[in-house]
Amino acid sequence: MKKIASLFAVLALSIGVQFNALADTIAPDALVKSVTDDVIAIVRQDKAIQSGDTRKAVELVETKVLPYFDFAHMTRLAVGKDWKQANADQKAVLTHEFKTLLVRTYSNALTQYRNQQIDFKPLKAKPEETDVLVRTEVRQPGAKPVQIDYNLEKQGDNWKVYDVMVAGVSLVTNYRDSFGQEVRNGGIDGLIKSLKDKNKQIEPTVSARK
Amino acid sequence: MKNSKAASKALLQSVATLALSLGLMACAGPGGHPKDPLEPLNRATFRFNDVADQYVMRPVAQVYDLAPLPLKVGVGNFFGNIGDLWIGVNNLLQGKVVDGFSDGGRFLVNSTVGLLGVFDIATEIGLEKHDEDLGQTLGVWGIGDGPYIVLPFLGSSNLRDSVGLYIDLSADPVWQAKEVATRNSLTGLRFVNRRAALLGADTTADQAALDKYGYMRSFYMQYRLNQIYDGQPPRVKDPDDEDASADDLGTAPTESAATSASPDKKENQE
Repeated sequence: MKKIASLFAVLALSIGVQFNALADTIAPDALVKSVTDDVIAIVRQDKAIQSGDTRKAVELVETKVLPYFDFAHMTRLAVGKDWKQANADQKAVLTHEFKTLLVRTYSNALTQYRNQQIDFKPLKAKPEETDVLVRTEVRQPGAKPVQIDYNLEKQGDNWKVYDVMVAGVSLVTNYRDSFGQEVRNGGIDGLIKSLKDKNKQIEPTVSARK
Repeated sequence: MKNSKAASKALLQSVATLALSLGLMACAGPGGHPKDPLEPLNRATFRFNDVADQYVMRPVAQVYDLAPLPLKVGVGNFFGNIGDLWIGVNNLLQGKVVDGFSDGGRFLVNSTVGLLGVFDIATEIGLEKHDEDLGQTLGVWGIGDGPYIVLPFLGSSNLRDSVGLYIDLSADPVWQAKEVATRNSLTGLRFVNRRAALLGADTTADQAALDKYGYMRSFYMQYRLNQIYDGQPPRVKDPDDEDASADDLGTAPTESAATSASPDKKENQE
């Protein structure tokens, strides 16, 4: 009887500990790792994605990855100083279209995943920081490792990614020159139109595209 | 750079043309990129490269890509090994003495135990592969990059990196091989191997870009900066990235006091 009581006590304790862990904010590097591991585990098992089913890849990204991204911040970064010119509606449309562009492009990249290994670098940040860089490296045989870094920002209790850098190149600010050009040529609406046209061109398909 | 000789000639010509046009074209037109005064010429070269890639380089690389992976890895390692000595020299020039000697060690190990560099034993015993060239060394020395340049066949560069590349090539064992046939076939293989490694990434770039020229230009600038800082460029708070204000769609309501209290939080972080 004593044994059973102590067993319950241990059980109660461990449940308590687990609840505590859940209540604490998940650390930014742990977040990146768990999302990456999740996505890779799925792609590894999904023959359709591997053979180029981009619609399925988009679905995966939308459910597993998007919740951890702050697209409003990303769009603001990509547009740069012209962002101030845009009204609230334009900002909403820009954010939606830019999100679509990024999701379609990089979901497609997911279909090219072939057993690369991902190394997670130790996080160099103080606990009180609210803006950190999580560094990873993608390794594959016979090729130089590719550095992929994530910029995350703490929003309340959650961390959100607002920039991804591949080999030091920001996938977000890399658009700034072209976006600036579009705004100079046709204003914010011109940029919106170009983004919409681009997104139509790369609509996801089920067939492989190489 | 497929036809090595033609490419070398084209390279020299383009550097010469460049020197000339730099003198002629004083400044960029209104609205142009401040680092790209030669944009019209660069765009023409870019279009030429794109067509050459589409009809020659990429198809050849696709055929090469059918080869078994161990073979491609061996080819990549072989050329990687040839480059390691010069990488070591550049590390020494940049004051990274330990890295420089490690590169020399890599060359010794891989040239012998690694069977002329085909096997990268050095990486397995913990001598990490580095990525250096003279353009980076000049950058580390504080020499500015100068105007952006698109080189025929080779693509994105700038004035500093073009000069660097010219000297890199004069120190390159393959490029300096006495026998012309050997030099040409090895150079061809080297570039096909390199191009094949970019298959996949190229389609992603095509899909991502609104204007591929501008996309590649920005890509190159950020990429080189990252290389110069060995993968850890200073984290600078973007001047155009203002803290999310109330009118930013209101999607980030939680982002308030904590973040706006320190607008310069990213500076001097690393």
